[in-house]
Amino acid sequence: MTNNKNYQKTLFTFTGWFVSLLLFFPIFWMIHTSFKTELDAFSMPPSFFFFDATLENYGIVQERSNYFHFSMNSVILSFGSTFLGLLIAIPAALAMAFRPSKRTRGTLLWILSTKMMPPVGVLVPLYLIFRDFKLLDTRIGLTLVLMMINLPIIVWMLYTYFKEVPHPLLEAARLDGANLWQEIRHVLVPITFGGIASTFLLSVIFAWNEAFWTLNLTASDAAPLTAFIASYSSPEGLFWAKLSAASTMAVAPILMFGWFSQRQLVQGMTFGAVK
Amino acid sequence: MGSPRHHAEAGEFNQWRFFMELRRSDIILSRLAAGPSILLLFVWMAVPLAMTIYFSFLNYNLLEPGMEQWTGFLNYEFFFSDPAFGQALFNTLAMVGMIIVFSVVLGLLTAVLLNQDFWGRGLTRVLAISPFFIMPTVSALLWKNMLMHPVSGFFAWLFSAVNLEPIDWLSDFPLGSIIMMITWQWIPFAALILLTSLQSLDESQVEAAKIDGAGPIRMFLYITVPHLMRSVVVVVLIESIFLLTIFAEIFVTTGGGPGLETTNIAFLVYSQALLQFDVGGAAAGGVVAVILANIVAIFLMRMIGKNLD
Repeated sequence: MTNNKNYQKTLFTFTGWFVSLLLFFPIFWMIHTSFKTELDAFSMPPSFFFFDATLENYGIVQERSNYFHFSMNSVILSFGSTFLGLLIAIPAALAMAFRPSKRTRGTLLWILSTKMMPPVGVLVPLYLIFRDFKLLDTRIGLTLVLMMINLPIIVWMLYTYFKEVPHPLLEAARLDGANLWQEIRHVLVPITFGGIASTFLLSVIFAWNEAFWTLNLTASDAAPLTAFIASYSSPEGLFWAKLSAASTMAVAPILMFGWFSQRQLVQGMTFGAVK
Repeated sequence: MGSPRHHAEAGEFNQWRFFMELRRSDIILSRLAAGPSILLLFVWMAVPLAMTIYFSFLNYNLLEPGMEQWTGFLNYEFFFSDPAFGQALFNTLAMVGMIIVFSVVLGLLTAVLLNQDFWGRGLTRVLAISPFFIMPTVSALLWKNMLMHPVSGFFAWLFSAVNLEPIDWLSDFPLGSIIMMITWQWIPFAALILLTSLQSLDESQVEAAKIDGAGPIRMFLYITVPHLMRSVVVVVLIESIFLLTIFAEIFVTTGGGPGLETTNIAFLVYSQALLQFDVGGAAAGGVVAVILANIVAIFLMRMIGKNLD
């Protein structure tokens, strides 16, 4: 019996690692290529171990385009839009979860349906509005757009967490004479903190990787890392090692952010599907 | 008014009535709280949409400023009679459908595997969810060049290593390649949500089935799969929201080509608006895209509506 168990565990260890490494392989290959010379990057068969590892690609990328500028924009846009979004969404989700009316369900579905509107449907008008209000290529304009893009998901996720809060707990707080603010601060926030945190994480990730509006509404001043990378997609810029270095630089912050917050993210990402 | 305990026993509805009576001002407060979100989303949706609908009836080209004139349904006629429309519609639905099916099936297998007890499980989870954090532009460039390149790509090397003719992925199987690439991005998302759901599976139910002599496959089909249905619905909903509007991957890899083989509605409208400067035509396409999204949304909302209770 124990032998059988051990055998099973070995088998799962093997397949588990195999599948995970398979899924991770493209990312590994990108990071790997970024340390090669351009010659090695193109070589056939590919060089796995025996190549001259170099950091020069990173230097060249930094020289060619100001990485710091783009990554700063990415940080400002994704965190800014997320904070703004939470600020507006938390009260709305609270109200809908704790004071549901006949229309709450319809309202929620409608909120989610706005997310389904394809951005191309409103690209031209929004472009013209942005042009007229001088918001094109500004951080403030793009922050607002990203906030609106993620708002439906934020509201919906928060709603599913708030709805799970046991009512007797709130009742007890009320009977103890807590006012609304105290109730939120001492009962709601501690209970739903995990949910809010994971909503926050997901919104940052979505905003960081958003590539429709960031490509179409920015040129240089407010351009985040999605645009930084798109500039390497042109044929004349096709050097794999440098492309890999640029790509690695573009995803490294969010990848590490995701890795460190992985546990929190996984716990919270149920969208109300898990009771 | 009875005691709160009495109301609590009478069920949730009465409990709420108790609260409402207790703090009538809360109703106003809750309106105020929900207001900004709803108002903002309404403006965000209504204003540009109204403009799009208006433009769609105009002959409006950015290259001919001041020449706008009313043309009725002409833009729609052009858009629908354009062979690109049918192709783009097919491509859109094919991408959404195939990517959802593949990512849910493969994500489920990954989730089941990662839910087993084995050495280094925590680390494998971190590795397996990584594609989810990669921005679409990066993943597109990475797949297009380092993996799918017909001569120097990694797949070409794999094929030649087993004496097969390397494939020119993006020219020979453009749609399939795009689907493969985006499926890779979404497997972790499906796996994550399904894994969370698996972990909430009631152990006593599993034990009972075991005692009744159910084999692993029957247990999976009759206990695990029904338990996962809610989560599958959520995955399908969220993925279709994002997949209906795939843009960056196409923009970076194929540019909609070869021909129109990877042009979806989103990319078609984009190329009309920003490459041909035909605002009127693009607006008509945009309206069609909105209608299409709404049709899909109605189906999904039926599914998810039950999930909200």
